[in-house]
Parts: sequence; structure tokens; C-alpha cells
Amino acid sequence: MADEPLVLGIETSCDETGVGIVRGHTLLADAVASSVDEHARYGGVVPEVASRAHLEAMIPTIQRALKEAGVSASDLDGIAVTAGPGLAGALLVGVSAAKAYAYALGKPLYGVNHLASHICVDQLEHGALPEPTMALLVSGGHSSLLLSTDITSDVRPLGATIDDAAGEAFDKVARVLNLGFPGGPVIDRWAREGNPDAIAFPRGLTGPRDAPYDFSFSGLKTAVARWIEAKRNAGEEVPVADVSASFQEAVVDVLTRKAIRACKDEGVEHLMIGGGVAANSRLRALAEERCEAAGITLRVPRPKLCTDNGAMVAALGAEMVARDRAPSDWDLSADSSLPVTEPHVPGTSHAHDHTHGHGHGHTHEHVHEVSAGNLHGA
Amino acid sequence: MLLLALDTATPAVTVALHDGTRALAAADEVDARRHGELLLPAVDRVLAEAGASLGDVTGIVVGVGPGPYTGLRVGLMTATTIGAARDIPVHGLCTLDGIAYAAGTAGLEGPFTVATDARRKEVYWARYADARTRLTDPAVDRPADIADRVADVPAVGAGARLYADTFTGVRHDMPEHVSAAALAALAAERLGAGDGTGPDTGFLPPLPLYLRRPDARVPANYKVVTPR
Ligand SMILES: [Zn+2]
Repeated sequence: MADEPLVLGIETSCDETGVGIVRGHTLLADAVASSVDEHARYGGVVPEVASRAHLEAMIPTIQRALKEAGVSASDLDGIAVTAGPGLAGALLVGVSAAKAYAYALGKPLYGVNHLASHICVDQLEHGALPEPTMALLVSGGHSSLLLSTDITSDVRPLGATIDDAAGEAFDKVARVLNLGFPGGPVIDRWAREGNPDAIAFPRGLTGPRDAPYDFSFSGLKTAVARWIEAKRNAGEEVPVADVSASFQEAVVDVLTRKAIRACKDEGVEHLMIGGGVAANSRLRALAEERCEAAGITLRVPRPKLCTDNGAMVAALGAEMVARDRAPSDWDLSADSSLPVTEPHVPGTSHAHDHTHGHGHGHTHEHVHEVSAGNLHGA
Repeated sequence: MLLLALDTATPAVTVALHDGTRALAAADEVDARRHGELLLPAVDRVLAEAGASLGDVTGIVVGVGPGPYTGLRVGLMTATTIGAARDIPVHGLCTLDGIAYAAGTAGLEGPFTVATDARRKEVYWARYADARTRLTDPAVDRPADIADRVADVPAVGAGARLYADTFTGVRHDMPEHVSAAALAALAAERLGAGDGTGPDTGFLPPLPLYLRRPDARVPANYKVVTPR
């Protein structure tokens, strides 16, 4: 293919209905409809509310993205969609839409991994991903250290949270401080007025015998809640700015320390940070400082590309097309626990004849467990 | 007229292609857990079997439920996305109306009740004067709470079979699940004979009939962690 692939990506793994369009490494459109306001009063994302919102937002969001990009659907080289991991019911809406859209347009379909998409989106900001790249993904759902030598085929998990995700800890601490949901941005704002060294909150899993790349934020969250409770019980005012700053420092200290260590241990010279928590100003600042000291090149996309969006899915889809990876089959399923080691879900049928309604035979037996194990478990 | 009809509001994944007079091809599979995987291959198969392509389709007919949420959305998202991509009108029909219509075709005269399984020990149901005339809005109820209204009346559908103590007039010789072929035939009738481009009457917007408010429950870990 002489031109760079033009791909539309659909993302519905959580509460954002995202539709993005890219041409190779160039972002053309990033349309997002969020149901976050509907979830705010519950203090977290309600799966059924998210799924209902995805269904209603999908077609208008696709049309908005096409208009924004100034391209016609018939010009697309492929349709990419988040096949997992994520909320099962929410994923299923996006997968159903993507399959129908690809089928109706006669385009190849690429079911891709949400986490690999978070990494690949950086190509839209800083050009081709260095190989290898170390990735620190931090959001309300993920806290992972991943090493990739080829984003379309090789993503290795080095470490992950053993309890809460980093973003979840922000949400929970914000709730204890009565700051609302989501907690990340508001704690970031308060922390700017506070002293990060005011309170010595614990750094989880940083002992010499602890798993070097795993994270734990549950103990920190409890320590912060206890500290606030003690203040309140003593009738003293809670110093919101100092608590925010000290808590945030504990989180970003551990995140950056482990990420840098992983880069050094693996001899990797490039670190990318993605996910919603990558928008945190202190995480960015500390990562920059420590990367510079360690001689590592830091890549952090702009905040809008760090949170869940369709452009990241389109970016990975475009890379699949560029590297000639096999499209997915029409029986692609939403997989709430799709392993990070599977950057995409290639089809097994060999007749990839994507003409309108013909020749897409399925003779194989596709057995797929859609399990919610990772969703509700630890 | 060439109608592509589909429904995923019940355990059945059902697709049919109908020319206004008869079903040219149909696919029916019952698997409540795999709507998402089964539907599009079934659409592809039905078109291929009839030797047709999407370009020939003049209308899409979709069952809007009532039905358990997750599966119901698969059919609606598929129908509306194909409609939007190919600029084909999408006509919504109550899934219970499709079952009633099929019962009429199978020889049942009114009045009767249609009931499907709503899970959680409830049914989705409505009463009919005859195969084409629904008397009540679709509702979701515990069988015991509607016993006096449905006892001894002929009853059709998986919900009636499941709670035969309540639906004492249950008819096992009548269709258990909805079929897209019946939905398409009903839609063809409503669109009127001829080219099917007449006024769009008697259809519902292609939006789900949930009949229940969402469970406002936030899972402990509301997003996924990286599998280890
Ligand atoms: Zn994410």
C-alpha cells in the first residue's frame, strides 16, 4: 500500500464512547461521548448505564468523527475496535457496531487490545514507537508495566497492580475527602497548593523482597483514610491540600521509580506513559526529572490521548494494516479479560474476502470464554 | 421489497431475508450467551444463501425487545449500524408482536397471551386480541402477580412454558422463540404490498425496550486490571 492506511477505531471498554480516525501516524479525528456525569452520583462506573449510553451515542459519534476528519466511510482501509479487556456489556456494543460497520462497508475488521492501544496512541503524538518501548499504563482500571518490541505482535507484562489501580486510589481518596468523582483531576489541583512531604504515606511493594515491578495502592488508600479519620476524630481540620499532595507524591514516586528501574533492568531507552492518570501534572514532572537523570527518553501523549478514546484504537488498527496482520473474523467476540499478550484477535478463516455479504465462510469452531473474572476479582 | 430482519431479544439469534411474499433464507440458533458472536455470521450466511447482497436490501427490520439487555443491544446496534452505513431504513418491531404473528400463522386465533423469559423469575408479556392486534403495552412482571390475568387464556412463548403453573393455557404446539421470518412477514404487511416504499407506519424507533431501570451497582474493581 503506497498511502498510509486510513482507519476508523471504536472504543467502548468503559464509560467513553470513542470514535477516532487516523491515517498512519496522523490523527484526523477524535470524537468522544462520555457518560461520566451519569456515573458521578454512584462514585464509579455503572456497567449497565455505560452500555446503554454507548448504544445511543455510537452512530452520532461515528458520523461526527467522519465529518471532523473530512473523509468518507468508503475511503477507509479498515475498522478497528477494542475487543477487550473491559466491561463485557460495554465492549459488546462497540464490537457489534464495528462488525456491522465493517461488514456493511466491505472493509476488514481488526479487534484489538485496549492496553496495546494505549501504548500505540503515542505514534499520533511522537511518531513511530521505538522498538523496544517500556510502557507505564495508569488509569482507573490499569496500573501496568509493559514491554513491547512490536506493538502488533509482542507485548510483555512485567508488572501490574495486585489490588487497586492507581486511578481507583485517586477516586477513593477523593471520596474520603468529599471532592467528588472522578478524583484524579481534583486531587491534582489541590495538590498544587499543598506540601508533598507534609505526611509520610507508605510506598507499597517497595521493600527489597517485594516484586520489583508490581504495584499495590490498597494499603496507601487505607493509610490516607485512617489519617483523615484520626484528624476528624480529634476535631481538627483536615488539610486537604497537604493530604492531596502527600498522597499523590506517594503514588507517583512508586510509579516512576518502578518504571525507571524496569527500563534500566531491561536496557530500554524509551519510556511511554499512558492512561488517564498520565494526565497528572506531578506524574509528568517527576517522570521527566527521573528519566532525564537516568538517560531515558520520556514520551507522554497529550492528556486527551491518554484517557480512553477511539483514536488510540484506530492508531493500533492502522499499524495492523501497515504490518499486514490478519483481520478478525465476523464472529469476533468481546473478551472482558483479553490478555495483554494478545495485541489483536486475528481471524482463523482464510477466505478474507470482504466483499458485500459473500464468501466469508466460517467452518471452524470458535470456542471463547467470555469471563468476568478479572473484572470483579482482585 | 427485500427486507433483512433480525432479533436478539430472546435466547434465539434469528435472521431472515424476505421479499415481501416469502422468506428467501433464514437462520435460527438458540444460544443465549453468544448473540454477539453468532449474529453477523448468520446475516452473512442468509444473504449468501439467498444469492443477495446488502445492496439489494430495501429495509432492515429489528426486534426491539423487550429483552435482557446485553443480547438485545447486539441486534439493535447491528441493525442500526448497517442501516446508517448503507443508508437503509431501519424499522423496529416489538419482539412479542413477532411471536404473536408467528402464532397466528401457526393457526392460533385470539385472544391469547405472549410471554418471554425476563430472567430473575420474571416474564416480559402482553395480551393480544389476535395475531396482529396487541391489547396491552409490553410489561415485565413476576408470574404470580399476573396469574389472574393470564390463567386459562392460550399462552405462547418461552416465558409461558417456563411458568406453566401460571400460564395454564400454555400452548406447546406454538412457537417458543421469535423468528426473524415472522418479524419480516409482519413488517412486509405493515409496509404494504408493492415496492415497500409506502408510509412508514406501525413501527417503533430502533431503540431497546428495556422496561427495567439499570442496576446501579458499581463493581468492586470497576475497570479491568492487566491479567497476570
Ligand atoms: Zn484505558
